[in-house]
Amino acid sequence: MTHSVREERGVLVVSFQGDVDLEYSPKARRVLLDSVKQGRDVLVDLSSVSYIDSSGVANLVEAFQLSRQTGTGFALVSVNAAALRVLQLARLDKVFTIHASLEEGLDAG
Amino acid sequence: MAARVDQLRKIRDAVREAVEPCGCSAECAADIVMAVDEACQNIIRHAYCDDPGGAIELEIERCGEELVVWLRDFAPEVDPDEVKPRALDEIRPGGLGTHLIHETMDSADFIRPESGGGNLLRMVKRIR
Repeated sequence: MTHSVREERGVLVVSFQGDVDLEYSPKARRVLLDSVKQGRDVLVDLSSVSYIDSSGVANLVEAFQLSRQTGTGFALVSVNAAALRVLQLARLDKVFTIHASLEEGLDAG
Repeated sequence: MAARVDQLRKIRDAVREAVEPCGCSAECAADIVMAVDEACQNIIRHAYCDDPGGAIELEIERCGEELVVWLRDFAPEVDPDEVKPRALDEIRPGGLGTHLIHETMDSADFIRPESGGGNLLRMVKRIR
């Protein structure tokens, strides 16, 4: 798994690439929580995630809950079919705000 | 295989290579891969308590129109009643792995190994 964090229109865009599994989820957790703690809205781009497991999904839930506490926005963008299926199986696809594209996510902010 | 998180990707690749030639659709294969991955995570984290010296044995066999996955570890015996999916009403991180196993497979049950101790998980998926 690799990742990047960049700023677009004042929003932090966190992108993950590859497999977000138990081996890499501690790293993904730090990236997500550190981003939310910056106090800005966060968009998580999952378009290049080839696999995400329950530990990766747990990271998203934890970051989402932290954003609720800090009063900042947190949404997923460009969720590919494999990742969406995991979110659906976990009944989380209606919990997260999901935008079809990064542009849509930025416009929504 | 060694019960370590750095082996999980190899395990997923091996499972995919084993089930795809059996006529599984891409979604069916992905379901089996996910179930095995989550079950291995449970073994690594909960059965072996992250002790990297543990071992996992994986066997996949075709029985008619079903694929049967056998996953064996040699950790202290797990109480099957403690490995149940949690309710999803409460939105919180963690505890999703067992739920995903039961969502993706047609059945998943612990069977007492005939010898050697440890735990044996039998998971069945109808080929579709």
